Amino acid sequence: MLSKFVKSLPILAFSILLLSLMSISVAHAEEKSTAETDEKAKTFDPAKVIMEHIMDAHEFHFATIGDHNIAIPLPVIVYSKERGLAVFSFGKIEEGETYNGYKSEEGKIVAVDAAGKVEESVTLYDFSLTRNVVQMLLALILLVVLMLNVAKKYIAGGAKTAPSGFQGWVEPVITFVRDEVGKPNLGKKYEKYMPYLLTIFFFILINNIIGLIPGTANVTGNITFTLVLAVISLLVILFSTNFHFWMHIFWPPGVPFLVKFILIPVELLGVFIKPAALMIRLFANMVAGHIVITCFILLIFIFGAMSHVAGWGFAPVSILFTVFIYFIEVLVAFIQAFIFTNLTAVFIGQAMEGAHDDAHH
Amino acid sequence: MELLQPGLGLLVWTLLAFLIVFYILKKFAWKPILATLKERETGIADAIASAEKIKIEMAQMKNENEAILQKAREERATVLKEAKEQSDKMIGEAKDKAKAEYDKILADAQLAIQQQKNEALTEVKNQVGTLVIEVATQVLRRELANKAEQETFIEQVVKSAKLN
Repeated sequence: MLSKFVKSLPILAFSILLLSLMSISVAHAEEKSTAETDEKAKTFDPAKVIMEHIMDAHEFHFATIGDHNIAIPLPVIVYSKERGLAVFSFGKIEEGETYNGYKSEEGKIVAVDAAGKVEESVTLYDFSLTRNVVQMLLALILLVVLMLNVAKKYIAGGAKTAPSGFQGWVEPVITFVRDEVGKPNLGKKYEKYMPYLLTIFFFILINNIIGLIPGTANVTGNITFTLVLAVISLLVILFSTNFHFWMHIFWPPGVPFLVKFILIPVELLGVFIKPAALMIRLFANMVAGHIVITCFILLIFIFGAMSHVAGWGFAPVSILFTVFIYFIEVLVAFIQAFIFTNLTAVFIGQAMEGAHDDAHH
Repeated sequence: MELLQPGLGLLVWTLLAFLIVFYILKKFAWKPILATLKERETGIADAIASAEKIKIEMAQMKNENEAILQKAREERATVLKEAKEQSDKMIGEAKDKAKAEYDKILADAQLAIQQQKNEALTEVKNQVGTLVIEVATQVLRRELANKAEQETFIEQVVKSAKLN
């Protein structure tokens, strides 16, 4: 068993890089483990662990030792027309109990009747401070405090003092966003958009970075988060449009008459596809990064399920890969923040492009 | 798939959080930071521009100074030359004057000598006249006894008179 594993180690190591093979090895591992011990197969499901890691939840779950969960329960805020507003701690329904007619089903809050049966007629609006919300708020408080401190230094020091401390870290980033994102894409009007571009950049960046801390939630890898940012971007783009932009969509210049009718829906769709692409890009990148890191960690337990020796043996390799991906993720945290900001600036720039450069379309 | 379903709660909270953070940062962070950065950059640009300007001005001033110096040198040369000419002229004039004076003095002296000579001659002539008259008187007084002797005597007198 061990020798077989050692022989297949390099092959496995490479196949790990191809994520598509992940499911195969997981399935393989499960098969083996079911053959050996039935109990382990029941308790260990890598796909479920990964999904739990990247999904939103009502608690910060760190570990389960035996039957005991080490987790910070978060407040649940639900509203329904029938029952009104209800606020309580998730800790009260954590273990599947019913509290005030609410119950947690697979982490989702549902309304139940007196008998404990799910009431389908009650439409619940869940405004809970989930771990994504809580983490995002904490990250934003951190961001605001940091930035206000930096701003205070600027106000106190004025233009004649060289930046010091954290200010020195932030200043190149701000000037980068201004000189590499704002100015080239927005031209003379860049100053008007700088607060938005800087906010969106640091908003994404701080959530990306905080999300990389082990045990934290995957805020930027959540479709809701990116959806909000993309919608805001769409609104900013739409408010920046000029006559020339709409003219371009509803009467594309330089094409035959009939082609115009094909192009109009395409161009119109493009207006919405651009922010949608922003949404998917950030979401997919962050989710993928988190999945890869979780996978590498879980490989130890997958092999551990096969045999303890394999698990321990693979641990160093797994850690090595995890560290490698972690570094890449730190890079990705910055790159994705930059790409989102830059593309938003590009789209705004396109929306307010004047009629002067008709030459290149 | 649940992963792709937006959650209402998170959506509302994210939107709210973004708007609040945007407002706070825009008003209290980005505004002063960007303003200060801009001020600093324009300050640096101005400083460089003014340094460049001063450099040009300095160069100009140097050129001007050199021109002034050159002019001063030329002026000095002309002044020296003029002074030399003046002094030469003055010396020449003085010489001429001295020579004229000398000539004049010489002429005066000669004139005086001539005058004195003439006076002396006149006196001599007068004296000779007187002498002649005296001699004639004496001769006449000797009564003209000897004709030959008389002639000799007259000759003698005349001779002596001619010597003067």
